Amino acid sequence: MTTLAALAHSFPALLAQAQIRIPTFQSPPLADYMRILPELVLSLFGMLIMIVDPLLDEESSHESLGTIALIGTLAALASTFWMAQYPGTAFSNMVRVEGFSIFFHFLVIAISAVAVLSSFEYLRVQRIRAGEYYGLILFGTVGMCLMSSAIELVLIFIALEISSISTYILAGFRRRDAASSESSLKYFLLGSFATAFFLYGVALMFGATGSTSIDAISEVLRSGNVPVLAYVATAFIFVGLGFKVASAPFHVWTPDVYEGAPAPVVGLMSTGPKAAAFAVLLRVMFEANVPGRFWLIWVSAALSMTLGNVGALVQDNVKRLLAYSSIAHAGYLLVALAAQPELGTSAAMFYTAAYAAMNVGAFAIVSHLANAGEKYVALEDYAGLGKSSPVLAATLTFFLMSLIGIPITGGFFAKFYVLSAALKSNLVGLTLILVLNSALAAYYYLRIIVMMYMREPRGEVPVTRIPAAAAIAIAVCVAATLYLGVLPGRVLDYSVRSARGLLSDRPESTTSSAAVLSRP
Amino acid sequence: MNMESLGPIVLSLVTFIPAAGGLLILLIPRRDRDIKLFALVISVLAFVASLHLPVHLHRDHNLFKFEIDKVWITTPNIHYHMGIDGISVWLVVLTTFLTPLCVLISWTSIHDRVKEFFILLLILETALIGVFTSLDLFLFYFFYEATLIPMALLIGMYGHGRKVYAAVKFFLFTMIGSMFMLAAIVWLYAKTGSFDFVVIQNAIRSGSVPGFESASLWLFLGFFIAFAVKVPLFPFHTWLPDAHVEAPTAGSVLLAGVLLKMGTYGMLRFNIGLFPAQAHRNAPWIMILALIGIIYGALVSLVQPNMKKLIAYSSISHLGFVVLGIFSFTTAGLNGAVFVMLAHGVATGGLFMLAGILYERRHTYEIIDFGGLATPMPKYATFFLVTVLASVGLPLLNGFIGEFLVLSGAFQARPIYGILAATGVIWSACYLLWMYQRVFFGKVTHEVNATLPDLNLREKAALAPVAIAALVMGVAPLVWLSAIDPAVQAALGFTQLASRMVGQ
Repeated sequence: MTTLAALAHSFPALLAQAQIRIPTFQSPPLADYMRILPELVLSLFGMLIMIVDPLLDEESSHESLGTIALIGTLAALASTFWMAQYPGTAFSNMVRVEGFSIFFHFLVIAISAVAVLSSFEYLRVQRIRAGEYYGLILFGTVGMCLMSSAIELVLIFIALEISSISTYILAGFRRRDAASSESSLKYFLLGSFATAFFLYGVALMFGATGSTSIDAISEVLRSGNVPVLAYVATAFIFVGLGFKVASAPFHVWTPDVYEGAPAPVVGLMSTGPKAAAFAVLLRVMFEANVPGRFWLIWVSAALSMTLGNVGALVQDNVKRLLAYSSIAHAGYLLVALAAQPELGTSAAMFYTAAYAAMNVGAFAIVSHLANAGEKYVALEDYAGLGKSSPVLAATLTFFLMSLIGIPITGGFFAKFYVLSAALKSNLVGLTLILVLNSALAAYYYLRIIVMMYMREPRGEVPVTRIPAAAAIAIAVCVAATLYLGVLPGRVLDYSVRSARGLLSDRPESTTSSAAVLSRP
Repeated sequence: MNMESLGPIVLSLVTFIPAAGGLLILLIPRRDRDIKLFALVISVLAFVASLHLPVHLHRDHNLFKFEIDKVWITTPNIHYHMGIDGISVWLVVLTTFLTPLCVLISWTSIHDRVKEFFILLLILETALIGVFTSLDLFLFYFFYEATLIPMALLIGMYGHGRKVYAAVKFFLFTMIGSMFMLAAIVWLYAKTGSFDFVVIQNAIRSGSVPGFESASLWLFLGFFIAFAVKVPLFPFHTWLPDAHVEAPTAGSVLLAGVLLKMGTYGMLRFNIGLFPAQAHRNAPWIMILALIGIIYGALVSLVQPNMKKLIAYSSISHLGFVVLGIFSFTTAGLNGAVFVMLAHGVATGGLFMLAGILYERRHTYEIIDFGGLATPMPKYATFFLVTVLASVGLPLLNGFIGEFLVLSGAFQARPIYGILAATGVIWSACYLLWMYQRVFFGKVTHEVNATLPDLNLREKAALAPVAIAALVMGVAPLVWLSAIDPAVQAALGFTQLASRMVGQ
């Protein structure tokens, strides 16, 4: 016994004698964990839901699981503010907390919170099991959050996969409906294909620059000696991300997937992963300053706007119509990416926020009206809504006006900033295409308004009272759209400052992102 | 507190009283009578408040009066900048004058969704006034767009026949036009860092806007297309007859009376105010389009079997006079253009109300369905005659002054333009008087028409102000012109300066 103790005691000394070195695991400092606090909180709540789910009976689980998910998102929102106190990089330069990533954390988590709220009624009406549903929303949000703060291409890829896989499954949640399964499978197959492109692009970028870290890539590319391989890598990465943001010519999946997927999920996936993917695009395109991006973006922006709007003109299904509209909006956003980095970044950030507010709101209303089995999603089902449900119709009209881009809505300023960024960068051609497209787009949004106000209600479409949770979700979206439309200054100032932080040279950046946070 | 310092507050009040009233209607329970009375009170209140503006407007110098300039949004640099001059003040009063009449005329003709109707009407009034009072380009664009939705809904929800088609057509035409204006506004903002009309104007005058020379034609066209659609100038006019025929009476009155003037006001304020050199350079073809509008509108009017369509096409013809006057760049022409805007607002507004009254009784606008109406409806026939004569341009009524001034301006600019435009006056006498003859004179042609009730008290109350205004404006035009002239001189003084600068 004593010998054993003695042996144990002398073991390190023995090891030292034998010159065997065990790599010591230095646990990262606590601050590193603070820098991924929202992700941790979301994962914990996601797991909690999975654990609690089997303990509850199916009938009563909807409300309680939804509440847990909601608390989880709110806690993550609160922890975002906490995270903001710790600007800087974490986990050996894998993650960076700065104005830019805080913005997208806040946005993405807020989107999921509203999506959770608008799912309360939906899951009950559609008889969908709540456990996995809410769990997947939270896990997906983890991925989206991580996408915005990761500064390492491989970590970005992992985060992208976390968010994508969750949405692949969520898209198929209306199991009783073949369209939903089709949607899920289509999204999964095409999505995996696109992610493979992204991964290939990452590999090529590593080959070209010798690193997968955005900072290092940026340094190599800025040094002036740009290898040809980097151009190919840029194109591949753009293909992968272009798929995620549903920009043409990688958009063909969008209408089918949006049509089949559950409406609240569409609200989420047309804004959350899109915002996160745009965060990655901004990072890769502007921060890493990849070569040969201009014409890629230019062509894709022009195509997305035109194909999206033209496609939307002839749709008779509201979800499909909004799917095409989201393609067009991706195009408007890409215009910002074609502009000068500093102007474009802030315009794009503002746009993602405004688009999220109005689109999630519109889908919250669509999912309320859809009813059991998503029976009522045709344009005709909205006939006479102005009479049968005036408040809901007025609210949807407000969101549609924002999507058209009428003043005092967030959508107007979003478009306005993109336009002025484009004009300041002398992109006259793209500006003209954008202007013509906005005029064209007014027509199909107007069709919904016309349907609601100028047609007689159809008897068979039931009008149900809107439950409190959905009402809160819609109210939050209205408030956000109105806030961004009437007092856009604060959000824009913030995005301008964080864009500067993102694009300034690295040594300064930590101080500047600290400055971003310290300012009111 | 003196009256001068009250002005800016009154201006904001006049602008927002109607919309505030509209929102208050939301709270009133759905008792139609209460809602109508409330809307009437609000619109009369706005009219009375608006009278403060011309009464206390100094007419001696040409700056904007009653200015209020507060920062609204810092990035972008948007101000709540309101103010009026001798031109816009009358357009504001015209709007507040017509709205109570619209409320009266819709009293019984609107019976479904009454609440929404009056909310939309009052919000529309605020938007219209805002267009004339805002001096910040962003604010202007906001109000300009804000007129679209209520007007389109008024047509689409309360119109008749192909109302949805008309509403959508109206919306899209204007929307597409104004997108070009938005692009031009954003360009100006990008280069000057300001939306303020006065700041931008000074920047352009001092030549401190980079790249302005090469862009000015496109900017001019951007604004011009938006306004030309609104006026509507030939060949952008096709939305107008549809919108008018299908719109409810109140919608037609405001559409013809005020909405169209947004276009001509915009040309006067922005196309001439910001791009005088381009305005001079492009004046020839614009004047030709205006002439085509005058003659084409009149000829089409002549053959219309539908009373409302006839009046709609006559608007195209009359608004052609306005554009002709504006681009003649003469004092008389511009004075006349502004006066025609006001006179046309009153007279054509009156004609649409009269047509609406007849529609309420017979549910048709076809001229062929009437005949000999002077016998059963003598009072109605009298009001109709006064309004028709005002519209035709009989001396001592308001139409004459404006058209005369425009014609003399056109003669000064180029005699052939004056001669051609003068034929428009003759045509308008033809189509209006011929219509009057077919509807009112002779024997009653249809049995049902013999027993039509004459005007009731409410209808008389709605029509009398129009007739009085037409007469007063015709007898004492100086009340109006004394305010218009300094503002016009200011605009013109600058354009002449610019034309000397470009050597034309």
